[in-house]
This record gives sequence, C-alpha cells and structure tokens, in this order.
Amino acid sequence: MDVAIVGIGIHPFGRTPSRTGLQQGAYAARLALQDAGIEWRDIQFAFGGSASAGSADALVNELGLTGIPFINVANGCATGGSSLISAFNAIKSGEYDIGMVTGFDKHDRGAFNADPKELGIGEWYGEVGMMMTTQFFAMKIQKYMHDYAISTDSLVKVSEKAFINGAKNPNAWRREPISAEEIANSTMVNNPLTKFMFCSPAEGGVAMVLCRADHATRYTDTPVYLKAATMKSRRFGSFEVFAPSQALVQVDGPTVDASKAAFEMAGVGPRDMHVMQLQDTEVGAEIMHMAENGFCEHGEQEALIQAGATHIGGSMPVNTDGGCLANGEPIGASGLRQVYENVLQLRGQAGEHQVPGNPKLAYTHVYGAPGISAVTILQR
Amino acid sequence: MSKQVPIAEGLFTWPAARPALLASRCKHCGVASFPAAESCMACSGQDVAIEELPGRGTLWTWTIQQFMPKTPYKSNETAQTFRPYGVGYVELPGGVRVEGRLTENDPQKLHIGMPMEVVFEPYRTEDNGDEVISFFFKPVN
Repeated sequence: MDVAIVGIGIHPFGRTPSRTGLQQGAYAARLALQDAGIEWRDIQFAFGGSASAGSADALVNELGLTGIPFINVANGCATGGSSLISAFNAIKSGEYDIGMVTGFDKHDRGAFNADPKELGIGEWYGEVGMMMTTQFFAMKIQKYMHDYAISTDSLVKVSEKAFINGAKNPNAWRREPISAEEIANSTMVNNPLTKFMFCSPAEGGVAMVLCRADHATRYTDTPVYLKAATMKSRRFGSFEVFAPSQALVQVDGPTVDASKAAFEMAGVGPRDMHVMQLQDTEVGAEIMHMAENGFCEHGEQEALIQAGATHIGGSMPVNTDGGCLANGEPIGASGLRQVYENVLQLRGQAGEHQVPGNPKLAYTHVYGAPGISAVTILQR
Repeated sequence: MSKQVPIAEGLFTWPAARPALLASRCKHCGVASFPAAESCMACSGQDVAIEELPGRGTLWTWTIQQFMPKTPYKSNETAQTFRPYGVGYVELPGGVRVEGRLTENDPQKLHIGMPMEVVFEPYRTEDNGDEVISFFFKPVN
C-alpha cells in the first residue's frame, strides 16, 4: 500500500510568546485537518514529538478526546522523521487508512545544554566543556575544508542564501537578508563558524495528514506521495557529535546510509531530485550533506556554491524555505518543516520561494545527536 | 588538607609518575575505546583489557570554543573571567582519536596534522580546596 500526504499545516517558526508549544502544535494540526477537508474525529492514529514543550499526545486535550492511539516519539533532531516513518509503516501495513504526524517545540534562547548522562557519557565530558553540538559541527567542517578545499567564502554564501530564502517565506523566523560582510564579520562562535552561520533553537509546529494512496483523491486534488522514509543511526567508525573518541578508520555516517536506503526504496537517484531540504544546523552541515546525500562529489560544493547552483533558481536548489538557519530549530518540528516545504514545492504553492519548472521529486534530510539521520523522498 | 583528584575515575592513571590516558582494547577485534568501556562498540565483544594510550599524536581537527557554555560546564570561571579554549581530536597512533581540550586557544597557532602531546593539569578547584586534574593536549614544540 502506497502512502500519500493529503493535508499540511504549519505554525510560523520563530518566537511566539503568546502561545505555548502545545498550542502551536494544535494550530498546525487544525490547519492540516482543514487542508485535507476532514475533522479530528476522522483521524485513526497519530505519531508526534516535542523535545521541550511537553508530551505530544497532550494535543488531544486541544483537539478532542477521540480514543485514538497517539504515540509519542522522542528521537532528537530526527523526531519528525521518525514520526513520519512510523505513520508511513502504519498505513503501508494496511492496519490504518488515515492518520496524523505532528511535531512542535518551544526552546529557551541560546545553545542547547545537553546532559552527558542521558547519552551514556561521563559527567567529566560536560564539565570540561565538550558537550557542545556547535563544536562538533565546527570541527567536522574544519577538517572537511582542509581535505576538500572549501573556502570560508562558501560558508558565507550558504548563510547569505538561507536568509535570502527566509525573506521569501512568510512562515520563516528570520525574514531579512543579511549581507555577506555582516555574516563574515559577526561574532566568532566556534572557529571557523560565526554567529550568523549557525541556526538557533526556536519555536514552531508542523502537522500533516497521511492516508493510503488509493484514498488520496477523496481529500485533495494535489496528493503528494511518500516514496521513501528511512532513518539510520551511526555505525562504528563514523565521526559523530558527542563522541569522546573516534575510531582510527572512518566509515560513512548515518546520512550516507539513510540516503542510500531511501533512494533504493524509491527506485530513483540523486540526479532525479528537483528540490532538496538538507540539515543545516550550520552552514558547514549543508555543504557536507550535499555530498553525503549523493548530490555531488566531495569537494564539488565549492564550484556549485560559487556558481549559485543551490539558490532557488539554480540547478540543485537547497533549503528553499531558508532551512534551519532562517527558521531556527524547534527540535520536534524541524524535520517535518522540511517535508511541509517539499509538499508546497510539489503542489506549486510555495509562492515567492517556489522552485521553477514544476518540480516532481523532492528530498528531505535531517541529522542530529548522537549520530542519527532520517531521509524522505516525495513525489507528486 | 587540599589534594589533587582526577576529574573522573578510570579516565587516566592518577596518581602516577607518568600519567597516561586509559583505553579498553577488545581482545576479539583489537579495537581500542576511550574512555575504557566494558564492551566493544565495534564488535559487541565483552572481553576487553585496559591499556595506556600513547602520550603523543597528531591534531586531526580542532575548533575554539569562543563563548562560555552553560551547565553542565563546570570550571571556576565566571562570564567575566572566561577565556576561549581550544578543543580538538588528537590521533594517537595504534589507539584512537581522543577528543580533548587544547592548551592553545590561538587559531593562528593550530593546524591539522601538527604534533600534540597529552598533559595533565589542574582544571578547577572544588569548594573544599581539592584541585581537580584533567587532561589536555598541548602542541609539541
């Protein structure tokens, strides 16, 4: 049984002091139901997640107590992807006809302060100041720039593009372009990455209605099919966040594994994708993830970025809604934001940030601690 | 009376005339882990032996932490006295790549591939006066 996305909803990302995270989730859920032309009581099951804004299943208090199985998902940055895979499998199995996935969050300002104990790492690791995701991303791109001759200017250009795209997206947090000069000269956070090269924790909510593909046209004229949804954790030897040590022999990370599995599941290849949303916790991540997901060879990013290929009108548009850089990262909602954006793109409803040429296939990728990755491939 | 205590038990030999980082090495597949673990992440084997890692290696990658982290960061610093610090992975031949703080925080003085050595120095002082010792990597001149 194939699976279709027939309704989508989003609560604008950024800061909304007047609404709790849960209320932002309910807002997105109501919009998704409205988009599919159904009521909450029509939903047979739900998967949802939130890292800092309470239990996702508390949404039933807002939406109505209908007795459905609502399963909470907690998988760090891959929470949205994991919810989607769970819903995908629930429908594919034939057990359910229609359900909802949702993710929302509301984080405090500033970098996340992760607890080493939760990840099975000694407390000393945090005490000496190494329990920082920002350091990992900085060290990974530092090594990558050294090995593959990526320039600092390309880091700046990725950030500049994110804010250009964010300015075109009414649901983005940061909606003003920032000049290359300002990005390059902003406060250094973790060398070589400056303040405007990192995303920030934020708030927001996303929800979508999924159903069996043969029922899709009951709910929408523009169904989008979920051709693949995969999630992988790290294998021994991959270089990952929160690792007090790593093996001398390096292997491909979970992004490469999840990407290969998704292309195999969908029966298509990287060259077939018309638009892609790639995890951009910071600018280096976007650059490295272009190659890790198979869209170019390692090192080719330099020429592609300098030529503007990753812009909305370019040959391989990346993070057309402004990505995490312009939207911030509410953990529970972030992966679903990417899928929301791709549904808009495939429906031709992305407005100012619409990719030209009627895109038919779209790709999403998330990466997070402690070394997990989730990928989806959508087709209209 | 104040004394010197290691930041964690089993991380390195302490006290010792020549302290060293401690790893576990899997007797089945030969892979080393730091910190020492009861099982092997490579092959799931549970037969491991503790060994001292080499004291010298090369810098694999690095960054400078420019802002003071929130908890669980625990030093004696305040927002006013915080000094940016280097963090890097040092490849210890035959062992593993170990992540550690660097004694150097000047980006101009750090480059991938440079020789580094492990040193054990006071990191913070506890309320009872105990000096907490941690490991750092220092450029070899």
